Amino acid sequence: MTTSRTRVFSLYAVMFGLFMIVGLFQSWNLSLAILNLCLISAIMSQGVNIQWGYAGLFNAGIMGFAALGGLAAVIVSHPPVIEAWQAGSTGLLVAGLTLLATLLAIRIACKKITNRRLRTLTVALIVALGLIIIRQTYLPATEAIEAINPTVTGFLGGLGLPILLSWLAGGLLAAGAAWCIGRITLGLRSDYLAIATLGISEILIAIIKNEDWLTRGVKNVIGLPRPVPLEIELQQSPWFMTLANRLGGDIAPLSGIFVKLCYAGLFFLVLLLIIMLSERSLNSPWGRMMLAIRDNEDAARALGKDVVHRRLQVFILGSMVIGIAGAMLTTLDGQLTPVSYQPMRFTFLIWVMTIVGGSGNNRGAVLGGFLVWFTWVEAEPAGIWLVDQLTSIMANENPIRQQLLQNAAHMRHIAMGVILLVVIRWFPRGLLPGK
Amino acid sequence: MSGLVAENLTVAYGETVICHGCSLAVDAGEISVIVGPNGAGKSTAMKAIFGLVELIRGRVMLGDRDISRMAAQDRVALGMAFVPQVNNIFPSLTVEENLEMGAYRNPAGFTEALGVTYDMFPALSELRSTLAGNLSGGQRQQVAVGRAMMTRPRFLLLDEPTAGVSPIVMDTLFAMIVEIARTGVAILLCEQNARRALEIANRGYVLVQGRNRYEDTGKRLLANPDVRKSFLGG
Amino acid sequence: MTGIDLANAAVLLGNFVIVPALVYGSQLGLAALGVTLVYGILRFSNFAHGDTMAFGAMAAILCTWTLQAAGISIHPLPTALLTLPLAGLLTMLLLICFDRVIYRPLRRTRAAPESMIIASVGIMFILQGIVRLVLGPGERNFADGERFLVRARDVREAFDLAEGLSIRVTQVVTLVVTALLVLALMIFLYRTRTGKAMRAYSDNKELAQLSGINPEIVVMLTWSIVAILATVAGVLYGLDKGYLPFVYFSLLLPTFAAAIVGGLGNPLGALFGGFVVSFSEIALTYAYKRFLAYLLPERLEPGTLMQVLSTEYKFAVSFLILVLVLLIRPTGLFAGKSV
Repeated sequence: MTTSRTRVFSLYAVMFGLFMIVGLFQSWNLSLAILNLCLISAIMSQGVNIQWGYAGLFNAGIMGFAALGGLAAVIVSHPPVIEAWQAGSTGLLVAGLTLLATLLAIRIACKKITNRRLRTLTVALIVALGLIIIRQTYLPATEAIEAINPTVTGFLGGLGLPILLSWLAGGLLAAGAAWCIGRITLGLRSDYLAIATLGISEILIAIIKNEDWLTRGVKNVIGLPRPVPLEIELQQSPWFMTLANRLGGDIAPLSGIFVKLCYAGLFFLVLLLIIMLSERSLNSPWGRMMLAIRDNEDAARALGKDVVHRRLQVFILGSMVIGIAGAMLTTLDGQLTPVSYQPMRFTFLIWVMTIVGGSGNNRGAVLGGFLVWFTWVEAEPAGIWLVDQLTSIMANENPIRQQLLQNAAHMRHIAMGVILLVVIRWFPRGLLPGK
Repeated sequence: MSGLVAENLTVAYGETVICHGCSLAVDAGEISVIVGPNGAGKSTAMKAIFGLVELIRGRVMLGDRDISRMAAQDRVALGMAFVPQVNNIFPSLTVEENLEMGAYRNPAGFTEALGVTYDMFPALSELRSTLAGNLSGGQRQQVAVGRAMMTRPRFLLLDEPTAGVSPIVMDTLFAMIVEIARTGVAILLCEQNARRALEIANRGYVLVQGRNRYEDTGKRLLANPDVRKSFLGG
Repeated sequence: MTGIDLANAAVLLGNFVIVPALVYGSQLGLAALGVTLVYGILRFSNFAHGDTMAFGAMAAILCTWTLQAAGISIHPLPTALLTLPLAGLLTMLLLICFDRVIYRPLRRTRAAPESMIIASVGIMFILQGIVRLVLGPGERNFADGERFLVRARDVREAFDLAEGLSIRVTQVVTLVVTALLVLALMIFLYRTRTGKAMRAYSDNKELAQLSGINPEIVVMLTWSIVAILATVAGVLYGLDKGYLPFVYFSLLLPTFAAAIVGGLGNPLGALFGGFVVSFSEIALTYAYKRFLAYLLPERLEPGTLMQVLSTEYKFAVSFLILVLVLLIRPTGLFAGKSV
């Protein structure tokens, strides 16, 4: 690494100090809650860093990959709704198989039929036929599933496996989606990847919002199983009471702190693992080749490197990391709330993290995740304070002042924009520049 | 009116230095020819003279005025014109619009200049509303030179204008270059076809690895046995 | 099936598919024109364009309120039309400011297109903040003036039909303003020296410089035109469907799809792409049950809604079109700037 150790150390020390300040002056529970989201943000930012820093790929669909992680958390961990399975699984299976068969048939038709008009006609026929069969099987099946006890379930549920498994599953799901998108766009001009990923993420969100049989849609899936003990259980278990007594202080906040520390430990392990793997791969011949392609695509192409294929690999790996982080986030929340997936929060904020931290540098991406999430959280009260100060010359009941104060929380959008622009304009390599 | 003089041009793309302080000059009504092997920095030197690439060292003088830091579009106003070797037309504009862009700085003289250009290239007059991107190689080259002539240049820089055109078009182009020079325009010509070019040159430069290797009148370079052996194929 | 059935079916389709698609297509086309111009001249995909439209609409709303307070109106037309010049000018100043401070320095360092995209994301953040700070995140309706030009009931009664056709004033305004603006833009691009210089610059930046065209002037001009296009598109969309800040961001996807269908960098193609996207989106999410009921014999009447896609998935249509174009013809249906 070219970055000096003192710089890395001092920036991380600043971050640590900020958590101490929040802990001492606000509350330790808040400080740890921010820390946990910082850790998840850092992992997402690391995923983006793999794509942007290693290969210069612009992914505008981070939200979609994170949502796939969330979906994985539900599918893996929620107990199955047996009745729903009985009611609808056959129909869904037929619909799914028909979809696969249709896609396969289109592929074969495109390859085998050479006459253009005949080919177009055949493909159109296959699509129409496939659509009709899918509609006939899919709609009744989903209606049957959604009709079963809609206020509580009304969906298939999941596999009832430990939720930690979903972190892996989320990564795989996101990797699959990335493969599809990457195959289509990576051979083309770079803008197309950005636009296509923007599109796929909107569609993924639309799916988890509207396919009630799968995710209960906007009714949310709540009460997902947790990998760590519940606060209530802790407060009633004798060993924790003893511990609380020994530490002195109220048991309720202490149990919160304990649970959050457990999560933090888990997240930290994952972050460490991902960074270790990233560092190793970056220093391997594979990583050096990636950087060579990023820096001089034409030269790499001339040397016979399959640039598109390498990019696809990197795109899939990065998306996988984002999917893992998405599953972790849903695990931490204990619920899947589709409406909470907002592109500013889940796609573009992550970009600010990666750029601010320093592209192509794993430690930078992590630091960016920490700093920017912290700023995002604390910018809301700061924005309200700032607007209050700026408008204090106006009378209290002045409608303009009222209006601005009411919307002051949106100051943080401006703050993020300014931070991003300042970095890209004056410090394009970020706080901790990479190679 | 005095000439265009480039001294000690040093240009680099990133870490790779292309021109190591080469010097070129051309006077009114004269033809200066640059020859040399591929990768000798001929094209880069011409771009540097026009300010399309940044100079690390060296200067470009137009008469007694130092124009080294001037933007390319402002050099056009001083009477300089350049026909690049590739990408030298606007493909989605018609032939006439291409020529009109040449007269961008002088719209009042557009109609007159257009007449002169069509006289010079009668073929273009019939293709005036064709998209330039649909033309053949030779026609494109004529549009490219025509566009440059529309700026009414006093100094014309041509980067391999005969690359990839048929022998007949090549003859026309060489004849035309001599014709243009006779009207008092200074021409700096970079050419693959070295023998042919040096025959019409008042002054010749042989560039090797970004440096001046030989510099003399065209005739004497043609007669120089070293030059003949290394660059003219015997 | 009788002649009346046929007429009813046609009116139904006109009312729910053709008129809305024409209007939405015009709005998308204007938006896509802005995106495609930025791409043609500056060679990056401007992610801030949706929120630039929101900013323009916000400026127009503020001006409208001022005019309304002063009692000025052009009834039966919406007051917002009067505010277009001033709102456009404000947006223009803002975009030129952003160019000076952000894009121009990046251009000088020959930044990669991806860096420009990231810069546009930063600008998007700022614009979203401004727009929400000033008008809040909620919906605002600023369409005053007459509501309908043609009422559904009048059509029903006049022609003795079961179905009616309604045409709102804002729909006509959208079509007329779009036609005028596009005409003006085309005359500018294809008939004036400066417009031709812009096209030339988009074709070949270096050669434009060699013809004496000043790149900075072309860029300033581009941002000015983009600001006007964005403001008009934003105001028309807001008048027609209500102003909601978040919606402008989500227009990005159909806008990009339209620009890519028409070939990025190709103005006429972008307009055409707008209509391709709007017609596909509306035609695929419309429920044809009633329409088919008029045309088919009674025993064949469909039991379901006969809707290909539910409206929640309308963005999937843009995406599908995008993917199809990318798979079959990546430079767009009209020649765009090469890959």
